[in-house]
Amino acid sequence: MTDAREVVLDRIRAALSDRPAARPVPRDYATALPSDTDAVDLFARRVADYRATVHLTAAADLARVVASVLTDWGVRRLVVPAGIPDRWLAETPAAVARVGDDPALDKPDLDAMDAVITDCAVAIAETGTIVLDGRPSQGRRVLSLLPDRHLCVVAADRIVGTVPEALTQLDPRRPQTWISGPSATSDIELERVEGVHGPRTLDVIIVRADG
Amino acid sequence: MPAHPSFAGTPPFPEAARLALADPQLRANLARATATIRTKRARAVAERDDWEALRLAGAAIKDETLRDLPALLAQLEAGVTAAGGVVHWARDAAEANAIVVGLVREAGVDEVVKVKSMATQEIELNAALAEAGIAAWETDLAELIVQLGEDLPSHILVPAIHRNRREVRAIFEREMGRMGRPAPADLSDDPRALAEAARLHLREKFLRAKVAISGANFAVAETGTVMVVESEGNGRMCLTLPDVLITVMGIEKLLPTWRDLEVFLQLLPRSSTAERMNPYTSMWTGVTPGDGPQAFHLVLLDNGRTDTLVDPVGRQALRCIKCSACLNVCPVYERTGGRAYGSPYPGPIGAILTPQLRGINRGPVDAQTASLPYASSLCGACFEVCPVRIDIPEVLVHLRAKVVEQHGWRAHASEESVLMAAMGWTFRSPRRLGLVERAGGLGGRLIGRGGHIRRAPGPGLLRAWLRGRDLETPSRESFRRWWHRTGRHEDRA
Repeated sequence: MTDAREVVLDRIRAALSDRPAARPVPRDYATALPSDTDAVDLFARRVADYRATVHLTAAADLARVVASVLTDWGVRRLVVPAGIPDRWLAETPAAVARVGDDPALDKPDLDAMDAVITDCAVAIAETGTIVLDGRPSQGRRVLSLLPDRHLCVVAADRIVGTVPEALTQLDPRRPQTWISGPSATSDIELERVEGVHGPRTLDVIIVRADG
Repeated sequence: MPAHPSFAGTPPFPEAARLALADPQLRANLARATATIRTKRARAVAERDDWEALRLAGAAIKDETLRDLPALLAQLEAGVTAAGGVVHWARDAAEANAIVVGLVREAGVDEVVKVKSMATQEIELNAALAEAGIAAWETDLAELIVQLGEDLPSHILVPAIHRNRREVRAIFEREMGRMGRPAPADLSDDPRALAEAARLHLREKFLRAKVAISGANFAVAETGTVMVVESEGNGRMCLTLPDVLITVMGIEKLLPTWRDLEVFLQLLPRSSTAERMNPYTSMWTGVTPGDGPQAFHLVLLDNGRTDTLVDPVGRQALRCIKCSACLNVCPVYERTGGRAYGSPYPGPIGAILTPQLRGINRGPVDAQTASLPYASSLCGACFEVCPVRIDIPEVLVHLRAKVVEQHGWRAHASEESVLMAAMGWTFRSPRRLGLVERAGGLGGRLIGRGGHIRRAPGPGLLRAWLRGRDLETPSRESFRRWWHRTGRHEDRA
């Protein structure tokens, strides 16, 4: 394979023998939201645009909101990554079985789960995006993929305004999943349909800072 | 084992276009779909006051990438390797296919799941796998429709854009059972029901797959990170569930730095699916212990890219991020559909990319390839929507000159007549033609801030036309006059 490598690199060098001039990359685009924009409010509206359901709550009411979403969904088995604080589930009925990922769940088991709860690494207001990066409160990527419902808890202070701001907070070495609404397709007559392979239902709970 | 039709044997564009133009269902499906996506894209782009600044940045970053390609590829290779991945290099399609087949055999399986990938379409990987006894299951909904229909893709983003819902239902009912879980007995033609049928059909394949094959939208040299954007979650399934992941990526799909993603993660979704952000973007750097595939292979593909890079005018085609915005605004594409171009890269970008990938910069190419630079009216709408500012009309004219040089100008005299047939919708009606002509006068007044040309008023296709006319003053010279002028000029040269 070394052969092919050298050949391709040589071909590139030969193709560039005219030495195209270097020119600086102009970065005159916006990197922040306009100063009068409320990022939390914008995030909520943009997530809702994707037909995900958004809940706004104070930290003190989080456990109640989590319980009510899970009850509405009729969840019997909930995947709970190791890093999810117990207090988030303090009001969730005992009838909802909490399933951890240690030892790691196999694929058929995960496929049989009703829902998963995670937090996010960062959320982007302008695009209504949540970013998962595999930290303990999110677990392996597959945990938020196979269950058909995803409940994501977003602390207001994790919400940034824009894509450029989000990238500065993310570690490229971690596997990332950027999620903007439930899975969707427009492959048939370009008519958007929510819900194909990924979770067909996405609820986002935005937790406002207390006080 | 699914069948794998090939673009090989497609007649030159005029003939292929004639066949396509004779299919009223195809034209109706295409007209409807492209009109929808055009409107949506315009809305998504209008939301950003700084769109032009993003385009300028995107073009400059891609040019920088091409200029520094050897160093950046080496950097990417080092990053992927350090993170536990294996990098392979392939001079051409045959070499890339052999590498992938070898890796799948090594894994000891006879099937793979696939994420939609232009690079693997280009190298006809599925056929190579089939020859080796390996079934390749396409998992993108539109790719699934194409595969089950034993059909060829006709659009970069929505390969089954030429199919309507009734046709999709018929294909699912007829074919799903042959390849796995059959379609539900009472399947309707509601896109929701069809998507559900695909979900059920593919789920068992995802859950048992040991090897996945993907393309890459971007790779970051600085960090060794590879990225796939998608909508349905089939990408996440393929990138997460199997033990082995093989990614085939053109050498031009690189970005120098992590920060550069801030430009492309904004340009691509708005240009391609006309969304603020696509539902899912997956990024990974090598292998993550305990999470996802524990073996990752990255195949870096040349296959004509260096032949494209060699031409100082034509190389801008390698900026392309495969968004397909240029297809959706192209009056020729809208009438002929993608299959007439005889390549997985249809539309305006295909008309400049395919001939270069096939070696037009090195010497004469076959008649079908040589016909592609003529598959355009040079209206300029493609340049206006291109998120990385590829001046497609400029490259088309440049490549036509090469064809003329290589084949003589009379060889393509018939292209003109077919284009006129394709454009007949506009030219047949004095009213429409009048509107188009009037737009020339509007052009001056529509030039907006910073000299960028703004959208012209008017409905659907006509507006696309007007937009093009406003933008490209050269197109006010008729195609016929242009042809004779440049053709004769080259002929004498």
